[in-house]
Amino acid sequence: MTRLAEKDTAITGVGMSDVARGAAKSALALTVDACVEAIADAGLTRAEIDGIATWPGERADGSGFSPVGCAAVQDALRLEVGWYAGGGEAPGQYGAVFNAVGAIAAGLCRNVLIFRTMYEATARKTSYANSLLRQGQRQAGAFAWYAPYYTYAAALQQALFFNLYVHKSGITPEQVGQIAVNQRRNAALNPKAIYKTPITLDDYLASPIIATPLRLYDCDVPIDGAAAIILSRMDVARTLRNPPIRIEAIGSSMRYRNSWTQLDALDTQAQPRVAEMLWSRTDLRPADVDIAQLYDGFSFHTINWLENFGFCERYGAKDFIEGGHRIALDGDLPVNTGGGALSAGRLHAYGAVHEACTQLWGRAGARQVKGDPHVCATSTSGGPLAGAMLLVRD
Amino acid sequence: MTARILPAIDRDNEAFWTWGGEGRLAIHRCADCRYYVHPPVPFCPQCEGRDVAAQAVSGRGRIVSFTVNHKAWVPGLSVPYVLALVALDEQEDVRIACNIVDCAPEEVAFGMPVEVLFEPAEDLWVPLFRPVRP
Repeated sequence: MTRLAEKDTAITGVGMSDVARGAAKSALALTVDACVEAIADAGLTRAEIDGIATWPGERADGSGFSPVGCAAVQDALRLEVGWYAGGGEAPGQYGAVFNAVGAIAAGLCRNVLIFRTMYEATARKTSYANSLLRQGQRQAGAFAWYAPYYTYAAALQQALFFNLYVHKSGITPEQVGQIAVNQRRNAALNPKAIYKTPITLDDYLASPIIATPLRLYDCDVPIDGAAAIILSRMDVARTLRNPPIRIEAIGSSMRYRNSWTQLDALDTQAQPRVAEMLWSRTDLRPADVDIAQLYDGFSFHTINWLENFGFCERYGAKDFIEGGHRIALDGDLPVNTGGGALSAGRLHAYGAVHEACTQLWGRAGARQVKGDPHVCATSTSGGPLAGAMLLVRD
Repeated sequence: MTARILPAIDRDNEAFWTWGGEGRLAIHRCADCRYYVHPPVPFCPQCEGRDVAAQAVSGRGRIVSFTVNHKAWVPGLSVPYVLALVALDEQEDVRIACNIVDCAPEEVAFGMPVEVLFEPAEDLWVPLFRPVRP
């Protein structure tokens, strides 16, 4: 059998800064908080961190999308590493984790600090309009095909895809709304969540339409915050204080047209081929999964991932989430147990990994899923981007 | 309406954004196997041919998906408006992002037949689509 490098790695520590709609600290200070916490959680010292990875790397464009990169963290913490990488061309936000798996397998490092920082709440209060586009500036690259058509936000592209999904699946707004309602219920039990006041299905249905069929409560919430994880080589992980959370399998493929216009199946997005790759690298099956932390930049992504991971049939998510019972904390498959990006804040899939580990280590307090969960499926991204991981605590 | 954000022009996409001045929609096509290659690149992924160049197409297609945007993302933006993906009649996997104009947003439907028209903007012609009226 092919050697699968992810099986020789494990998450050994996690950290998260305060998360806020307007932080009292700089983006770098938040990043340091998350990183220092993750290193200590793993039982390591700064001297033992020999790799750094992030996605998408420093973007000093005032957007707050990724204000901190590897170099800033390396210098702030005075790390001495054998390998580092930050870059956006990867299978979604988990590209940083997949790169770290490769670097560990290549013998370049043993304990990689992986982080993601966002400072969008502050950016939007100051310089940056809520927009992908800059007025008066010509748009180059792939986004040039959308730019002339008032495509000011990712919400519009995703709404295009979501509308086709609604058309094909027949899902109702009442069914879609269960994602937002469930996550807000979970967020109420998460001290770090941004929005903790429960919402009803009526509140969801009354929330404004952004771009049909997307409502405000289908969209995640921009925040200031940072999350970090430590990925260690398995032999090192076994000597550390936390039970290793193994990367049982990854999905990182690009076996489809990676384009926001030509993507093969708009309504299922890039996820099916990525999930297919993940399941080809493990003997576990969807029925073995205890909890799921599924990407929720928009609730549509979570609905897509439920199907594409195989937790239900194609276009069967509407029945799976009907009433919200199956995806609740005490349901068959608890989903986005910390409130997700919709209610806890957009840490862009790194909130999801943090929550996965928090649950798998039994640290989730009032929102802890019963029955000692030990297998978590987690995923990133929408449109032509997708990445997935299966995490296991033995 | 707010000014459109225009594309940066390069050798590959120039025809698409300029041939509208003559009322023509330009899509790259392989001279050897007749496959349309979009977004444009002078390489045919079907036959590996290099003789791939812009060619005028019918400008007719159908709406694959659409959304009606209601949020004013920037000051001065008139809402609602329709963002759509149109698949060309010539080849289903040539999809063009566009606004649907000359009809009320609530009239737009999946599979609706549409035809191209062009809006001048600085030195370019931006392809838009409208319903085909009998």
